[in-house]
Amino acid sequence: MTFAELTKLKNERLKEIDVRFNKNSLKKEIMVCSSTGCKSNHGAEIIEEFKKQIKEHNLTNVSVEKTGCFGLCALGPIVIIYPEGTFYCRVTKSAVKEIVEQNLIKGKVATNYLYDKALINQTHKNEIDFYKHQQFVARKNSEFINPENILDYIALDGYFALYKALTKMQPNEVIEEIKKSGLRGRGGAGFPTGTKWELTAKEKANKKYVVCNADEGDPGAFMDRSIIESEPHKIVEAMLIAGYAVGASGGFVYLRAEYPLAGERLEKAIEQARKLGLLGKNIFGTKFSFNLSIKYGAGAFVCGEETALMHSLEGKRGEPRTRPPYPAQQGVFGCPTVLNNVETFANVPTIILNGGEWYSKIGKGTSTGTKVFALSGKVKHTGLVELPMGTTLRDIIFNIGGGVLNNKKFKAVQIGGPSGACLPESKLDLPVTYDDLKNNGAMMGSGGLIVLDEDSSMVEVAKFFLEFICDESCGKCTPCRIGNRRLLEILNKLLAGNGTMEDIDELESLSYFIKENSLCGLGQSSPNPVLSTLKYFKDEYVALVDKQHKNADKYVINKEKCIGCSACSRVCPVKCISGEIKKPFEINQEKCIGCGGCQKTCKFGAIEKV
Amino acid sequence: MTKVNLIIDGVNVEADSSDTILTAAKKAGIIIPTLCYLKDINNDGACRVCVVECKGKTNLITACNNPVMEGMEIETCNPKVLEARKTNIELLLSNHNKNCLTCGKNLNCKLQQYSYEFGCDENKIVGVKNNYDLDLSSPCIVRDNNKCILCGRCVQVCKQIQATSAIQKQKRGFQTMINCSFDKPIKDSTCVGCGQCVLVCPTGALLETSNIKKVMELMAEPNNVVIAQVAPSVRVAINEEFGYPVGTFNEGKLVTALKRVGFNKVFDVNVGADFTVIEESEELIERINENKNLPLFSSCCPAWVKYCKLHYPDYVKNLSSCKSPNEMLGAVIKNYYAKQNNISVNNIKVVAIMPCTAKKEEILENNDVDAVLTTRELATFIKYKNLSFTHLPESEFDNPLGEYSGAGLIFGSTGGVTEAVLRTAVDKLSKTDSSDVDFEVVRQSEGIKETTINVGNLKLNLCVVSGLKNAQIIMEQIKNGEKHFHFVEFMACPGGCVNGGGQPFVDYTKINYFDVAKQRAKALYENDKKSTNRKSHKNQFVNKIYKEFLIPNNLTKTLLHHNHNKK
Repeated sequence: MTFAELTKLKNERLKEIDVRFNKNSLKKEIMVCSSTGCKSNHGAEIIEEFKKQIKEHNLTNVSVEKTGCFGLCALGPIVIIYPEGTFYCRVTKSAVKEIVEQNLIKGKVATNYLYDKALINQTHKNEIDFYKHQQFVARKNSEFINPENILDYIALDGYFALYKALTKMQPNEVIEEIKKSGLRGRGGAGFPTGTKWELTAKEKANKKYVVCNADEGDPGAFMDRSIIESEPHKIVEAMLIAGYAVGASGGFVYLRAEYPLAGERLEKAIEQARKLGLLGKNIFGTKFSFNLSIKYGAGAFVCGEETALMHSLEGKRGEPRTRPPYPAQQGVFGCPTVLNNVETFANVPTIILNGGEWYSKIGKGTSTGTKVFALSGKVKHTGLVELPMGTTLRDIIFNIGGGVLNNKKFKAVQIGGPSGACLPESKLDLPVTYDDLKNNGAMMGSGGLIVLDEDSSMVEVAKFFLEFICDESCGKCTPCRIGNRRLLEILNKLLAGNGTMEDIDELESLSYFIKENSLCGLGQSSPNPVLSTLKYFKDEYVALVDKQHKNADKYVINKEKCIGCSACSRVCPVKCISGEIKKPFEINQEKCIGCGGCQKTCKFGAIEKV
Repeated sequence: MTKVNLIIDGVNVEADSSDTILTAAKKAGIIIPTLCYLKDINNDGACRVCVVECKGKTNLITACNNPVMEGMEIETCNPKVLEARKTNIELLLSNHNKNCLTCGKNLNCKLQQYSYEFGCDENKIVGVKNNYDLDLSSPCIVRDNNKCILCGRCVQVCKQIQATSAIQKQKRGFQTMINCSFDKPIKDSTCVGCGQCVLVCPTGALLETSNIKKVMELMAEPNNVVIAQVAPSVRVAINEEFGYPVGTFNEGKLVTALKRVGFNKVFDVNVGADFTVIEESEELIERINENKNLPLFSSCCPAWVKYCKLHYPDYVKNLSSCKSPNEMLGAVIKNYYAKQNNISVNNIKVVAIMPCTAKKEEILENNDVDAVLTTRELATFIKYKNLSFTHLPESEFDNPLGEYSGAGLIFGSTGGVTEAVLRTAVDKLSKTDSSDVDFEVVRQSEGIKETTINVGNLKLNLCVVSGLKNAQIIMEQIKNGEKHFHFVEFMACPGGCVNGGGQPFVDYTKINYFDVAKQRAKALYENDKKSTNRKSHKNQFVNKIYKEFLIPNNLTKTLLHHNHNKK
């Protein structure tokens, strides 16, 4: 492959798919989302139905194509008709006929299947509220590309970044560019990507590896899957660039086996790239050679942790290990390894093409660029959103997400996945950046955003995430294995109405213990759901204890009868009776659980039930 | 080696850059408590007991696997660290079967020790416990997962040292457990019964299958003549159970104790070893002459024999057909001694005192020995019988099966079998009485020791192997044709029987810094040197039995050899 050949491929393909970009094109193209969400919603049948209808109506110059994910999976299947770019949602098999007749034959808009029937002027994707505020970098081209065709990717400048890096830049210049962009790891911790590459490049070794972490495991998160399913070549290209920058000759994509479509497309992409000579020996005639393969993971959440991932990749049990040594020093099979997640890689080709400086201007402070979030929960518009860093939570939830579902009151947003945190209404104006989140006890995580309304019990929410952690803990270190289990038991006790204030204290201290003593990042962040709800919603915990008090019997001490012997205070299981010897004692009603032990003990009949 | 300066508990420490915080602290006289750490084998940082505070870090870090760095400031016992360690232990206790009073590991349990030392409240943290059935399937080892703290040492020892991987971690989260593949019981796994896992287990999750009760039943039968036979390495280890330092050699008190606990006669497996040497050297010479089934593999170690059968079935023919010294002596007792003393074979019961758990399985094959007590079990038995071991007078082994050669004694150490066979083979091949008996070249093996010895114009290629991982290495080399030996001695336990799976527990803060096996072996070699007779074929009692009993009755092959292929 040479530059001329690549350019030729690009121009030829651009002519063929002109309809997608040229509003005046005489052709028509129906693009049907073929990613997991829409596909499982009979997407494939819809393609067949379109073909059938076109044939029945003898329509010429109309083609049907697959396309990548739009992120609006809740409203799928999604169909776009070019050249107008009309955006249809909830397309069923029976809807196809109507769309063909209205749109293709009569040249109108099939309003029934618009994003919002009431807003008939919002026919184009970019006009829709949900997309209007978004900015696409990592998920830039999905609406224009058939993910299974390398030529579509090349037509949109695919592999040009690789060409630029290999032929126009030295490896250290590539790293410099990434550093300049300020790109930070999108997998959770937010480590500067350029620095990571630099550390790996510095290591002297015969063999180095590039690994893509595609073990997306947070409940409700699917940005990485969406990226691979939409633009698998972007990951291939980015990994090649990383390989060149750090001096690696081999790479692995660690992909969870629960993503069969992503795997299929990635395998196809690797095969296509290999056939065109974009993967393999002496790429673009340079000395750089690179091999890439996919390693399927069995879907253990902990394998998203980099050291556990590497163990699993080597065929061992997926358990984390202590760092140092860091993967940059000793990674896969003991070789220096760059390990980035899918979304991080998805930004790389664009950074190389547009320059690090361009990228660094997006975002806020040290959190540059965009971030993809999976917006879900009690919000009107759920789906994937890509936004510049620093966008406030309020903007995300209310402007893009359309606010809380059924006009209920907003209560909290859970951010950062199972080990993330719940932020209350007072934090809605928090700009979403790595540091702002961290300073508020939350974390970026992989980008899950779950909106909770007034009906949600925060203790239940904490319990939900803790159950997930308990299931997914690898079981290696004591604090995470047993500690989280005990936290869960305390939560269950509280929820069952058997808790005490001491339980709440124990919950907090044990949480801090787990945070400070666990081996890996997963364990260290595992009590976050408990700690953040305790921080912002402690009243709900206390209410669980109070509730049981309210239902319980109430006891008071008759001051005239009490002689101050202290017998009652000694038997009280919650230590809520106090006083001075020989003076009347008093019961702290807030702490009392109404067990009646004091009444039975008192020899003077001084304790009365009221 | 570059030097690194750091401060540990206010003390300036100069450490090597390869040091961990744990080893650097040791240099400053600070022993940081550890639970899962096992030097060179397990430094996963799983238990979190060795956590320390490092200035500048929010979280505590583990001392066992974090390397030292210039300028580090470490605190190993400030209130935060102490509280963390305590909570860690309390969490472990919350999922532990705390029947410490009757546990086989009572007073030898690290979890118990730390619970006390850290001031833990065993009931502070309560919650659901995992509930597992005991695995009583193996004749060698009992596993009680209700006491397992998932330190992972057994798994690592089984894998790294013994190349056996019979057990591994399974499941996730709170359900994580150590188990054999496919949920099989130990007896159906690849376990060879060596008991190295038992030695490193910090709690009572792994113990030998006890035969004490069985022995007491044998003794209770009035018509029985119950005979004890003692393996070479027991006499350098049992003393540790009664407060003597590691490496103390003491036969006299041991014999007295055995008689006092109820054995009618006390014989010495060293004599069995003398028989083995004579038979095995004969076999070696025969195979060399016929150039058949070489190399000859020793067969004294049942764990190795099982390993060979499991993983290298094509090489079973290379195993010596000799029974182990233990079984040879048992056979001689039950046939020769019984006849001499007019005891019915049905009434003569042989109990072997062994450093070994695998012997418990070995005796099931032939009917030569009735029960096996490990060194540890014997110590328990002695205590049970109210004997004060330290105050016991000394007495001697019974004859005719108590007089042994130095060659028989050193069977207890790696290299010992080879040296003993050499002493006899050299004499036989050269038809002399060589004064050269100290074959230092086969001693002090670090796991694999290869050597060539000239006997006349024959160059004998020998190899001494201990630890099954090393056995695997050598077997692969033999298989690939890289190595050609005449004789290979295999011992499953690293260092040989002195470090057997049935030997007394040693506080592993000691194991981590000090080679127990070498200390015990040293005592064996010192006493070999003092022996008047150091060659097996010069043992008059043994020769007498050959001359008067085995040869005339043509019983040598029947009693002293067996077929490894028989099921």
